[in-house]
Amino acid sequence: MYICLTVNGKPVNVTVHPGRRLVDVLRMDLGLTGTKIGCEQGECGACTVLLDGRAVNSCLVLMSQVEGREVLTIEGLTDDGELHALQQAFVDTGAVQCGFCSPGFLMSAYALLSRNPHPSRDEIVEAVTGNLCRCTGYRKIFQAIERVAGCVAARTEEQ
Amino acid sequence: MSVVGQRVPRVDAREKVTGEARFVDDLAFPGMLYAAVVRSTEPRARILSMDLESVLSLPGVVAVAGPDDIPGGNNIPLILPGHPLLAPGETNFCGQALGLVGAETREAADLAAGLVRVEYEPRTPLLDPLDARLPGAPGLYGEDNTFGHHVVRRGDVERGFREAFLVVENTYHTPAQEHAYLEPQGAIAVPTPDLGIVVYGSMQCPFYVQRAIAHILGLPLGKVRIVQTTTGGAFGGKEDAPSEVGGQAAVLAWKTRRPVKLVYHREEDMHSMSKRHPAHIRYKTGVKEDGTLVAVEVQMTYDGGAFGTLSPVVLWRATVHAAGAYRCPNVRVDAWAVATNKEPSGAFRGFGAPQVLFAAESQMDEVAAKLGMDPLALRKHNILRTGDETATGQKLRSSVGSLQTIREASRASDYRTKRARWGKDRGPVRKGIGVSTINYGAGLGGLSPYLTRAGAFVQVHADGSALYAVGTTEMGQGMHTVLAQIVAEELGLRLDQVTATETDTSRVPDSGPTVASRATIMSGNALRDACARVRKNLWGVGASILGVPLHDVLGEGGVLYAGQKQDKSVAVEDVARECISRRVHLAAQGWFRAPKTSWDPKRGQGDAYMVYAWATNIAEVEVDLETGVVRLVRLTAAHDVGRAINPVGVEGQIEGGSLQGVGYALTEEVLRKDGRIINPDFSTYIIPTPSDAPEITPVIVESRFSKGPHGAKGFAEQPLMGVAPAVANAVYHATGLRIRELPLTPERLKKEMERSKR
Repeated sequence: MYICLTVNGKPVNVTVHPGRRLVDVLRMDLGLTGTKIGCEQGECGACTVLLDGRAVNSCLVLMSQVEGREVLTIEGLTDDGELHALQQAFVDTGAVQCGFCSPGFLMSAYALLSRNPHPSRDEIVEAVTGNLCRCTGYRKIFQAIERVAGCVAARTEEQ
Repeated sequence: MSVVGQRVPRVDAREKVTGEARFVDDLAFPGMLYAAVVRSTEPRARILSMDLESVLSLPGVVAVAGPDDIPGGNNIPLILPGHPLLAPGETNFCGQALGLVGAETREAADLAAGLVRVEYEPRTPLLDPLDARLPGAPGLYGEDNTFGHHVVRRGDVERGFREAFLVVENTYHTPAQEHAYLEPQGAIAVPTPDLGIVVYGSMQCPFYVQRAIAHILGLPLGKVRIVQTTTGGAFGGKEDAPSEVGGQAAVLAWKTRRPVKLVYHREEDMHSMSKRHPAHIRYKTGVKEDGTLVAVEVQMTYDGGAFGTLSPVVLWRATVHAAGAYRCPNVRVDAWAVATNKEPSGAFRGFGAPQVLFAAESQMDEVAAKLGMDPLALRKHNILRTGDETATGQKLRSSVGSLQTIREASRASDYRTKRARWGKDRGPVRKGIGVSTINYGAGLGGLSPYLTRAGAFVQVHADGSALYAVGTTEMGQGMHTVLAQIVAEELGLRLDQVTATETDTSRVPDSGPTVASRATIMSGNALRDACARVRKNLWGVGASILGVPLHDVLGEGGVLYAGQKQDKSVAVEDVARECISRRVHLAAQGWFRAPKTSWDPKRGQGDAYMVYAWATNIAEVEVDLETGVVRLVRLTAAHDVGRAINPVGVEGQIEGGSLQGVGYALTEEVLRKDGRIINPDFSTYIIPTPSDAPEITPVIVESRFSKGPHGAKGFAEQPLMGVAPAVANAVYHATGLRIRELPLTPERLKKEMERSKR
């Protein structure tokens, strides 16, 4: 099946079996290995990407579902080598340990801040609750997201 | 001191937030095949036949391998014999590897492995560890199904109990706990043209993998090179297991002469890989009227599963820690690890200690309640202090931060106020606050002294930047940030001038495993040794440029200074360039042997560990009596770490380790039916999610260890170890219900409520 979609802002055309998982095509056909596979059942969130702006588990999305749609992966968060504010906050706060879950958390957080730039702690927790981390205890992840939410808030107030 | 002790971001954080870090499944090699494993569906059976050849004709399938295709030994060498790589003729647990399939795609390999027909003749499985040593039990290992037996014999427990004012005796049960590292097990084996092999993989212990693969392929160690890839969590689960995963990939790679990738599926990983030993613990405590501990007697059986793997050493740590962190003149411990028809139990953060500490710390709480004492006061009264002897007769000479952790945890949690106010509710939701105080022997200790060494390599380049290599591994715990800080400190560099190479068995000599919270002490000290050699040459040239004697040179932030006044200086970059032109050697190997430990196995006495970390946990819970749900609201975790080289990393270890402890306390339990795991996924095996995370307050206590790098000692296993008893004790404070079996599920609470009503 011939499928046209947008990945990280660029048009992509692939010929694939419609039943293949989006995560496999991203990782194996497009070389975008920043999206991780942790459970293959939509339980861990390591494969989270944005599909038309919404956070989804790419292990549960089939290629037949993505025709004409926009996919954003962790590789698309960096702008010409410069870290996105969320990525920088994860670095600065110590929200990363083994790093396997980090891309997924970042994509969930990015989706949250895109639709709600000033989330409360509860809203942050809810937005990432489909993502599992076994290393950090989550506290520094919440703090990193709050730090960016705070910056966004501060910037808006200045304007 | 400019870099050590600073809150610095992880050196590997950037590559991990951009997705550029390469985990094993992110790598590919030309001509690479994908492997899948044929696994047993029976807990115990004779294998009558396995028709591997029949799947060779399926599309994409390239090769199959059974036990007879293993070129060297069909055994994963570790401590005890008898752990086959592929089951030869009989299977001993559901999920055991029987055969291998290699194919052009992962899908083809999985499909084919699932279609291999295996004929079994089932035999009665041994599932209850308490049956293992009874007469007539199925024979799984040796004469009596015992992988290990350790004792402690101190003083005279009978006399101790006779003199006791109060004796408390109970039985405790703890479940198997799954590591749930987010990255599943995986390896890629690549045959080399010189008839050797390179294995890349997610692992803690490359030198274990090297030894295993040399044995399995029948190769000299020099022909086997292991490269650790970025490792997505391990927690003990990637201590010995990668020898099996790597060995499986290597067998197929050897047969096909092509690179082979083997990455486990989550369910497969949970069915077949090691877990924390389930334990049955009989614990008897005797105290005087004032709370002074006079006797402790412990009998415990740890369920080792089908093969010995690390059971003997897990059991040893459990034995050494069995009496808790207290002075006690009379101690008797008898511990057994036994064989059953389950996946092999193994290493998991805490390494045998969390099980027995759940019992030990619950006992202390019960003693306090029966004496009408405050549980924190009882602990203060008995806690080991400098100059005291442990249960194994080890005199504690220094770095004993025990009391300080009690004081600081108490202060940070406002313990006294809450203890006095809570525990009196009569409504359906009740608040309680509970305590545990523990210690943790850092490093490998007296049972395996030959492993307590580590190597390192350091090189300074012509521009003053430094590269180092060590034999221990980064698995997320933050080792490389700490080690880069140490190298920067030793050489007077900025942190951004220091780079680590991936851990590779060809770079430094066998440095032992990355376990037992040993990487900071062992590799840190080996690096200091290497840096001292490089510094002598580098700073020597610096001294001649500055026109001062070498001992007057100071280095900091990439600049060398002539003495304290800092009026004359030269950039390390310029010194390094001068070294090159003078042909001065700027590279060195370092080596560190840990301070001496000892162990007398007959009496269970000796200087078991080189140093101990200490911790006090205070848990605050809300218990809903109608639903039986325990909510952990807040956890205060005070840990004596010697010296926090990177406080951000220490906090991260406390917060993350504590949350694993919360899972162990409240939700995590491997469930089985007829020996087969029935919750092998994250929707049924429940690790804490973001919504379940309590507020965790990490408190760092620094009681320096003179033989650790800059005073640091290993501690990162400790955060998991004392959480479950603190939570159980808080539940008791809130409700008066004493639960002696983990995890504290609503079902167990409701059952105990029913029982206590009767």
